Amino acid sequence: MTAVEEVRPDVRPEGEPRAEEERLAAAWEDPPGLIGFFTTVDHKRIGVRYIVTAFVLFALAGLMALGMRAQLARPDEHLVGPQAYNELFTMHGTIMIFLFNTPVLAGFGNYLLPLMLGTRDMAFPRLNAFSYWIFLGASTFMLSSALVGQVPATGWFAYVPLTGPQFATDRAVDFWGLGVVFIGISTTAGAINFLVTAQKLRAPGMALHRIPLFVWSILAMALMVVFAVPAVTLAAGLLELDRLAGMAIFDPQLGGQVLLYQHLFWFWGHPEVYILFLPAVGMVSSIIPIASRERHAGYLWVVTAFLAIAFISFGVWVHHMFATGVPAQAAGLFSAASLVIALPSGVLYFCWIATMLLGRVRFTVPMLFCAGFLGIFLAGGITGVMVAVLPFDVQVTDSYFIVAHFHYVLNGAVVFPIFAAVYHWFPKMIGRELSARLGRWSFWIMVISFQFTFFPMHVLGLLGMPRRIYTYEGGLGWDTLNLVVSIGGAVFGLGVLLTLVNVAWSWRRGAPAPADPWGGDTLEWSVASPTPEWNFAAIPVVDDVSPLWVEGGPVVAAGGEDEATRSLGVEGAEARTTPITRGLEARPAGTMPIPGPTWLPLCVAAGIFVVAFGALYRSIPVLVVGAAAGIAALVWWLWRTEEDLR
Amino acid sequence: MSVAANALPEAPERPVAPRVAGPDHPALVPAPGGVPIGWWGLAWLVATEATLFGGLLSAWFFTRAAADSWPEGGIAPPELGRISVFTVVLLASSLPLVWGEAAIRRGRVRGLRVALALSFLLGAAFLANQVVDYRDLTFGIRDNAYASLFYVTTGLHGMHVAVGLAVSLAVQAKVAAGRIDADHHLSVRVFSLYWHFVDVVWIAVFSSLYLSTHVR
Repeated sequence: MTAVEEVRPDVRPEGEPRAEEERLAAAWEDPPGLIGFFTTVDHKRIGVRYIVTAFVLFALAGLMALGMRAQLARPDEHLVGPQAYNELFTMHGTIMIFLFNTPVLAGFGNYLLPLMLGTRDMAFPRLNAFSYWIFLGASTFMLSSALVGQVPATGWFAYVPLTGPQFATDRAVDFWGLGVVFIGISTTAGAINFLVTAQKLRAPGMALHRIPLFVWSILAMALMVVFAVPAVTLAAGLLELDRLAGMAIFDPQLGGQVLLYQHLFWFWGHPEVYILFLPAVGMVSSIIPIASRERHAGYLWVVTAFLAIAFISFGVWVHHMFATGVPAQAAGLFSAASLVIALPSGVLYFCWIATMLLGRVRFTVPMLFCAGFLGIFLAGGITGVMVAVLPFDVQVTDSYFIVAHFHYVLNGAVVFPIFAAVYHWFPKMIGRELSARLGRWSFWIMVISFQFTFFPMHVLGLLGMPRRIYTYEGGLGWDTLNLVVSIGGAVFGLGVLLTLVNVAWSWRRGAPAPADPWGGDTLEWSVASPTPEWNFAAIPVVDDVSPLWVEGGPVVAAGGEDEATRSLGVEGAEARTTPITRGLEARPAGTMPIPGPTWLPLCVAAGIFVVAFGALYRSIPVLVVGAAAGIAALVWWLWRTEEDLR
Repeated sequence: MSVAANALPEAPERPVAPRVAGPDHPALVPAPGGVPIGWWGLAWLVATEATLFGGLLSAWFFTRAAADSWPEGGIAPPELGRISVFTVVLLASSLPLVWGEAAIRRGRVRGLRVALALSFLLGAAFLANQVVDYRDLTFGIRDNAYASLFYVTTGLHGMHVAVGLAVSLAVQAKVAAGRIDADHHLSVRVFSLYWHFVDVVWIAVFSSLYLSTHVR
């Protein structure tokens, strides 16, 4: 085998840009300043932007949680009134699910997918920019409800008939409903982009069994998004048709079915739990092998488990509705399916443990957060099995036990991996190191206070404390536990704050990070930190799932003469192109030109933003203006992109 | 397992610069062809859109299963005569696109032009019939859940037909501008995929909203 030549490109002293790099910069750099900010289609800038925006919203939702806990710290408290309390828990849930967890994972996916796949951008770079602007627009739209004092207060799932036009007469629910339809566009466009990127832009040689596990987790997530998001779009969209156009779809007096809303909502709502969970465990599966210096145990089992979870997640939604009186046989089936999810989850768990046992674990900050995840997810998984059992669920439904369960899984098993990912990939994204000392403080404060915040909620639930009450009488045996929970929550907030401070400080002042601070195994660690705009001057050739851990180090391709191979080498990067590959073995099939910066995705998103406000204020002229502007920009975009790529 | 409090794991010994694979590397043997990226993008969009229609039709049957009578509120079941004819018209509009695609693959622009025009006319006839149908309906969108769902489902499908017709016009403009040939006709492929979807989904809508209401 002499396919790999032992010729290495020259290595020059630092700080001397070579002519090649100047040409690359000319081809890839965005326009300077604000124009570049608004027009960029670089997946890395978009990814970081997603993450930063989502973290701002996360901080906001955290403050709302602290507001709720201040109110519940003592019995008969009157810090916030019942209306404000309802608004707080509604917006806390809405932000955490729709505007933090989903987009922040999309942000990491955006940044990492092309790098891990060994390509120079996403399959549809302009659509990618569009997804972000829609996310920003939808978030602004939902939050602007606070400016007009009509904040959604009907719970994050906005059940009818409470949210129907008969009972919710102001515009608060419309901010929620239109916002949900709005953000669905962003999630779906992002998912399609992920799917096609992983299908067609993998580096040569990256066969299915060499795709990094994080990419697999994003793929499983994107598949779920494609088939689940239409359901919530329908739920919220039909609700808005009832509210805005006076339709009768959910009106029980005119033959409408209120339970239909719950079915549609949870048909998305349960896969959504795994839409959040799978990328998070994908992060864990990226970090544990690196921290353990050991390849991931049971790679094929892990991939199978991801796909199995994605599939089974579509058969469990009724477990959110056990208390609504669904037929016993149906409830039994959904209960069984919910229990079955424990099997692939267990497979994942044992693969992580095996990886750690086979290797030598170094508890770096990302690994600490993964370890915290392992402990908390175990507890959350066990309560998950408990609430999947029908009689138990009927006992604890709508009690604090449920609140405890889903915070163990959504906070413990999703937010902890996200924090691990921040510490793991920040050096790659920003080119600077985070303080490990501050990171460890943050971790220990978070992981300990987590138990004080959420464990007592299990007990409170079993003692009968219902969810979504703004206050309670003293002497019911809930007083001490509630105080513990509130103090724990405040301390948890402090732990989160330390990481936010760490990030803000290190962004400009951290020590410069090397290309590969952790000794990583996937392709993103083979490029400089921060990643250059063109990602890879020469496209890597992959013959292992851990291409950086093979004997002799990574291999890159030289450019060829024909259409299939001309973008592989540095000439391809200078021409702003990236290779298209084909088949299970990902062999070079063609060349994809990467479109340049443009205002048009922002313009289309702005049009949709105006449409949403037009619908909100039932104003046909505003609606028409927004739609016309959006469509005009879209047509121009499609035409322009074709011209640009000619 | 060992605990190293401060240190990052040492990176394994590894060259600074990567090795270069020659063109004879097995992973670099070209395999030209394959399905274009744009086609895949639309295929996934069609998948999510099909799910949207699936959800809407599920809502239809869910509401029907719980209703005392169907249609609700004494509304007469929809007439089948004319809509059946126009269903055939819509389905027929897919056939010219199959011919057109085959023609342009062999570089016959004229054949494609005729096929696109024919398909457009058939689709436009279907849409015109839907507009006339709405005018003839005896119930409004607010009458009851049956009425609302009927309008939403047929309206959503009608919007898809309208978008398809607009895209068809754009593709026809490209053909007229001489931009489509045997090697560059992705927009024809993508458009016809979308149009086939709009037609196929009508089979489901027609069977559910029109035919099944007559089945008791």
